[in-house]
Amino acid sequence: MSDPVTGIITPVRLEYTYTPGVAASRFLKRIASKEIVGQKCPRCAKVYVPPRGSCPKCGVPTEEEVTVADSGTVTTFCIVNIPFAGSVPVPYVSAHILLDGSDIPLVGLLQEVAAEDVRMGMRVKAVWVPDEELAPTLLSIKYFTPTGEPDVPIEKIMEYRDA
Amino acid sequence: MAEETEALSALHVLEYNYTRSVGPVIGRFLTGLRDGELLGIKSSSGKVIFPPVEYDPETAETLIEFAPVGPAGVVTTWAWVSQPRAKHPLQKPFAFALIKPDGADTAILHAVDAGSEEAMKTGMRVRPRWRKERVGFITDIECFEPEP
Ligand SMILES: [Zn+2]
Repeated sequence: MSDPVTGIITPVRLEYTYTPGVAASRFLKRIASKEIVGQKCPRCAKVYVPPRGSCPKCGVPTEEEVTVADSGTVTTFCIVNIPFAGSVPVPYVSAHILLDGSDIPLVGLLQEVAAEDVRMGMRVKAVWVPDEELAPTLLSIKYFTPTGEPDVPIEKIMEYRDA
Repeated sequence: MAEETEALSALHVLEYNYTRSVGPVIGRFLTGLRDGELLGIKSSSGKVIFPPVEYDPETAETLIEFAPVGPAGVVTTWAWVSQPRAKHPLQKPFAFALIKPDGADTAILHAVDAGSEEAMKTGMRVRPRWRKERVGFITDIECFEPEP
């Protein structure tokens, strides 16, 4: 007699065809040449990265494109202690990074720094994948890493810390 | 300029593998499938419930007496699938059917490979087409097929 069946694996799989829209598509295409492009609101002058084609505050289309830096400031962060399939070794830090020239932080992975050394206000810069691996995806940025510059005073990022 | 206004598009897959423990009753049913047999369970009133359940649907008593059924049986109702999708059990037109194996008082949902919609009939007799490599899963029955 063989062993009785005690368990089964039931996969749940959903296949989406995802389109980011025209504004974010232009952003992604530029990412493939290591350029980070946002859009500036004609009314409130905020710069959105990635761009969505409109300003959520003013409700107007955003057409003007501006290139922002691939360096920025950590506005807030979270230390991840639970690994998942394909994750980097824990603990690692997922941070909100306000790129220089933009007005909204984007989420990035921090590496080459111990979790306990990460601070709000810490200066970081993007580490890109090798040129031959660049593609229209945010995976073209491998991670962010500290620049060693002095921290930005907390007052200067108060506006952005919950974004 | 096409590059400037064209939206990108990509496949995005969301997939989770759930590991479920099946318990003693469904476990026995799945073990039966792996061994190439269909097992129902006797209810308090003597009816044979297939696939087996752990508790009597009328009295809530714990059920323990397994009973072999079929494996051949009768189609009690069906729906024709003319354009199978990737996850369907057969990649050609087939019927989803409720099949009541001989000796069972309830039916199971499975696929019937009848060849054409015209060949499907409520009351028709079918038998399982077993897979050669069985693992203890409902797909150990590839499908049901009309009895010759
Ligand atoms: Zn605005």
